Amino acid sequence: MAKHHVTTTINGDPTEFLCETRQTLLDCLRDELELTGSKEGCASGDCGACSVMLDGRLVCACLVLGVEADGANIETIEGVAQGEQLHPIQRHFLEEAALQCGVCTPGFIVAAKALLEKNPDPTETEARYWLAGNLCRCTGYDKIIRAVMNAAAEMRGA
Amino acid sequence: MQFATPTTVKEAVKCLAGAKGKARVLAGGTDLLVQLRAGRVDPGLIVDLKHIPELTRIKREDGGFRVGAAVSGAALGENAAFRKAWPGVLEGLELIGSTQIQSRASLGGNLCNGSPAADSVPGLIAAAATCRIAGPKGTREAKVEDIVTGPGKTTLKADELLVSFFLPKRPKRAGDAYLRLIPRTEMDIAVVGAGVSLVLDSKGVCTEARVALGAVAAKPLLVKAAAKALIGSTVDDTALDALAAACSAACKPIDDKRGTIEYRTKVAGVLARRAALIALERARAA
Amino acid sequence: MGNEENQLRIIDYSGREFRHIGTRPVRPDGVDKVTGRANFGADFTVNGMIFGRVVRSPHAHARIKKINIDKALAVPGVKAVVTGQDFPQIDPADKAVGEVVVSYYDLSRNVIARDKVLYDGHAVAAVAATSAAIAERAAALVEVEYEVLKPVMSVADALKKNAPLLHKDLFTSGVEPKPEKPSNVAARTEFRLGDPAAAFADAEVIVEREFSTQTVHQGYIEPHACVASVANDGYVSIWCSSQGQFMVRSFTAKFCGIEESKVKVIPAEIGGGFGGKTVIYLEPLAVMLARKAGRAVKMTMTRDEVLRATGPTSGGIARAKVGARKDGTLVSGELELHYEAGAFAGSPVALGCMTGFAPYHMENVSCVGWDVVVNRPKAAAYRAPGAPVAAFAVESVLDELAQQLGMDPIELRLKNAAREGTQAPYGVKFNRIGYAETLEAAKNHPHYQIPLGPNQGRGVASGFWFNIGGSSSAEVMVNPDGTVIVVTGNPDIGGSRASMALMAAEVFGIDVAHIKPIIADTESVPFSMLTGGSRVTFATGKAVIEAAQDAVNDMKRRAAKMWDVDLAQVDWENGRAVCIESDQHKPLSMADIAAKADKTGGAISGKANINAKGAGPGFGTHICDVEVDPETGRVTVLRYTAIQDVGKAIHPSYVEGQLQGGAVQGIGWALNEEYVYDAEGRLQNTGFLDYRMPVASDLPMIDTVLVEVPNEGHPYGVRGVGETPIVPPLGAVANAVSRAIGKRVADLPLSPPRLLSIIDGK
Repeated sequence: MAKHHVTTTINGDPTEFLCETRQTLLDCLRDELELTGSKEGCASGDCGACSVMLDGRLVCACLVLGVEADGANIETIEGVAQGEQLHPIQRHFLEEAALQCGVCTPGFIVAAKALLEKNPDPTETEARYWLAGNLCRCTGYDKIIRAVMNAAAEMRGA
Repeated sequence: MQFATPTTVKEAVKCLAGAKGKARVLAGGTDLLVQLRAGRVDPGLIVDLKHIPELTRIKREDGGFRVGAAVSGAALGENAAFRKAWPGVLEGLELIGSTQIQSRASLGGNLCNGSPAADSVPGLIAAAATCRIAGPKGTREAKVEDIVTGPGKTTLKADELLVSFFLPKRPKRAGDAYLRLIPRTEMDIAVVGAGVSLVLDSKGVCTEARVALGAVAAKPLLVKAAAKALIGSTVDDTALDALAAACSAACKPIDDKRGTIEYRTKVAGVLARRAALIALERARAA
Repeated sequence: MGNEENQLRIIDYSGREFRHIGTRPVRPDGVDKVTGRANFGADFTVNGMIFGRVVRSPHAHARIKKINIDKALAVPGVKAVVTGQDFPQIDPADKAVGEVVVSYYDLSRNVIARDKVLYDGHAVAAVAATSAAIAERAAALVEVEYEVLKPVMSVADALKKNAPLLHKDLFTSGVEPKPEKPSNVAARTEFRLGDPAAAFADAEVIVEREFSTQTVHQGYIEPHACVASVANDGYVSIWCSSQGQFMVRSFTAKFCGIEESKVKVIPAEIGGGFGGKTVIYLEPLAVMLARKAGRAVKMTMTRDEVLRATGPTSGGIARAKVGARKDGTLVSGELELHYEAGAFAGSPVALGCMTGFAPYHMENVSCVGWDVVVNRPKAAAYRAPGAPVAAFAVESVLDELAQQLGMDPIELRLKNAAREGTQAPYGVKFNRIGYAETLEAAKNHPHYQIPLGPNQGRGVASGFWFNIGGSSSAEVMVNPDGTVIVVTGNPDIGGSRASMALMAAEVFGIDVAHIKPIIADTESVPFSMLTGGSRVTFATGKAVIEAAQDAVNDMKRRAAKMWDVDLAQVDWENGRAVCIESDQHKPLSMADIAAKADKTGGAISGKANINAKGAGPGFGTHICDVEVDPETGRVTVLRYTAIQDVGKAIHPSYVEGQLQGGAVQGIGWALNEEYVYDAEGRLQNTGFLDYRMPVASDLPMIDTVLVEVPNEGHPYGVRGVGETPIVPPLGAVANAVSRAIGKRVADLPLSPPRLLSIIDGK
């Protein structure tokens, strides 16, 4: 069948792509648009490595069809930094050594940003539960949670 | 594979009825996309329901709530009035998957997926929630406990569509709760789930109760004997022991990768008891 | 939020002063990794590439009778199909000895089955097509006719008298006389000190118990992925993520029958490995498909494929026995291990035997290991391969011994701790080691003093890992502006670029920000062994130090020329050449020297190709507090502290990260991770939903203490640190749970159903 013509906004830029019904948003981002910052770790919504924002809500891009992006507003890891200016969460991930291999990192940063936009002053427990859908096998989460909490404090001006 | 985005219920039903090959509806997609990827389903048509107002809105109705079948967990969780009235129903819904899943997963999808372990279903059954189902001949109403008949199987026909849930008005001194057992703290499918809803009179005696269990049989169970154990009591230890025993007795579980028959049977009673205590506390505070 | 002061507390026994080492700069590759720019295995594309898909066995054990690829080939868009018949035969005697023994014959049959499939998910064919969707459809059309055989799923199954045989030519090695009949037991190994049987007669207390663990997976988040391209002249290029581009080169060349010199491997960033990417799966398939199709081929695994068909580590049975005097002195120990190797020989059982009792000074020890093949995926290395299961058994019986003696478990270990000069059961005499120091740190840690509540328990356990050295190469190039590029051949799996840069900075005496470490392809840097065995910071680090010194020497020569003085007059201080005993020459910075390089002999660089000896062993001690829900058997980890002798922490944050990550992998192993097979040998939990790795909300902060007893074999005292941290947690968690419920737990994982049945006495 003919492909769908999807018109969407990605990281603020009007974007168009063609996709088949069965292609996920993650497939479209990575394969059609060459936005490979979102990673595929499981393709079943269990690891969070493909976390993106869809109309203001945090989702796994592997569990959204590409065609569902039509008319939507999407934000990916590629849109988190403003030019050379890193987002405070990105900076704290670096300063707190919150990554080892780095493959889960884009998903964590997108998810953590969503958390702090909704809840600027989370408790450690709230941060841990919010990020429970993002698997990291390297760090044991300790430094990730510290980075998120420290970024939150900085963003609050604390 | 075709894709349709109807904007009315009527249109959606028409899509389903006219589909060449099997049609699948898409709400949050958190089950459907996994099944597609694994090759377990290969529908000829996918019908996205999220452009239909009735499926995506939360409305007050007769003092209760009418919740669209495709309303996401995140959206329902932001409704303060609903959270106050039905915290147990919300607990069940909010336990499904991660934050990411919550942005998409819905009560309707969780029910229609037909899993015996669906987290939101025991709470809905305990709440005596009903479903509005649309088909080619109009709409019908059904009890939530009458929808799922076995793993992956429901009483919905191929051309029918779950539109919304109705949760009745809460009387004074009412409370509900849902608990599940998973090995981790998040991200697992329930090994056992227990939902309890109860109402107290002014003296603290339980006048109404409904108890439902998940993951302990081929479908979610309404356990009338467990409710009976609470009604007329002050939800004291004796009543709770009877409730736990009734729950364990109602279980017809299987051994699988997530738990054993023995384990599920015992823990069903443990969780129902704990959920009843939380519901009790909430009823006293309400 | 955690004990931050403790996190940062470092006990340094070296007394040396460093300017750069021990600081915590931002890692050089960091910005790319927090912005999504870093390219991992699946992020590469090549013009004109097509997509490969593997056809996998649905059976755990079957003979392949026939494969018909006609229908698959007929699908429009399909460009090539390969089966085992397309691959060359490998000599069965062709083996490599590394951290675990690698048989190329077996490994090539693991990459693609020939006459038999040996586990659910074993590759039998591969298809390449113009789109991933077409490849997937075509893969389903490859017709494989199987004669299904009875699967052998456990050690007990495998040892049965009339058990089906996985390999008709497998005869147990290490037994005398050589067996006349083949079996599922590939090997017996033994390590012995003294006369343990006789020594048990002197024991006043004996504790003996059998333990079991299940198959677990490394669980890296990045699935295997590669792109392969074969040029018309036969030269092969492979872009992939792995734990060693040189390993990929040699294995792929061998399995495809191509000269190694014709294969170039370009390393991608690697999204976790933990040993699981020290072998290959896709690359030979992609190369053979690319050769047939005349197009570059990209292959990526799904998570389902990763779990079904890539290297888990062995489940096993461990029997441990210790004898002691009433004062706690250990007089004898025995350990017998049966490890599941998976479909081909080569479980890490020998390493289990070597490590189990290594933390203890004992004169009489016997460790016997059995390598048993079963119809599960071939075991690959997993972080300290073989050690965690052995340590679980030994640390559990020691805990039980401490309870029987009424002794503090740390005191018991201190009394028997291996120290400098201790003869280890596997043969070596230890140099200066820091095991006792980890125990002292544990004893004095605030965590150890916190009172416990009801249903709570505290467990202590220790662990040992050898750490290895081996061949590594490094080249440093001084840029015209005086900054430096450090080139090595080891994939950066957890911050090693930062360590390399810091060590180079220490040698040069310049800010680490002026050093750019890069990881080169197989044609741009000399051979380096794998990123594995906790060897990179030690061995490749040593190469970087020597290469940097080489460059410094070169720059001193250049300065001597520029000043027209004797080389002996030139010293090197804080990034500058200084002239000894003369004020008339202003010190020359690296930029000054580099700017004049063309006048003093051309470009400036240094290199070192070494085979690093003297890797210092690592010892760790962990403390774990748990709470058990007695009605459901659920375990909550309340507090966790990991203490380790790290030699010298080059970048302390990444060293702490190794301790934390290893501890959490061990917690997962202990509590909820396991392979679940049905009666036919099909894996039931092929995703992260039911292969339950710890999530953020399962855990507390993981406190760490870095003990620094320098390794004499490294210029800065470095010991490997990556593997030791996964050795103690199984015992630490199990000991904590045992103490919480008042019963000894011996079977992992301690999932709620299993633990509740123990609590309820069933």
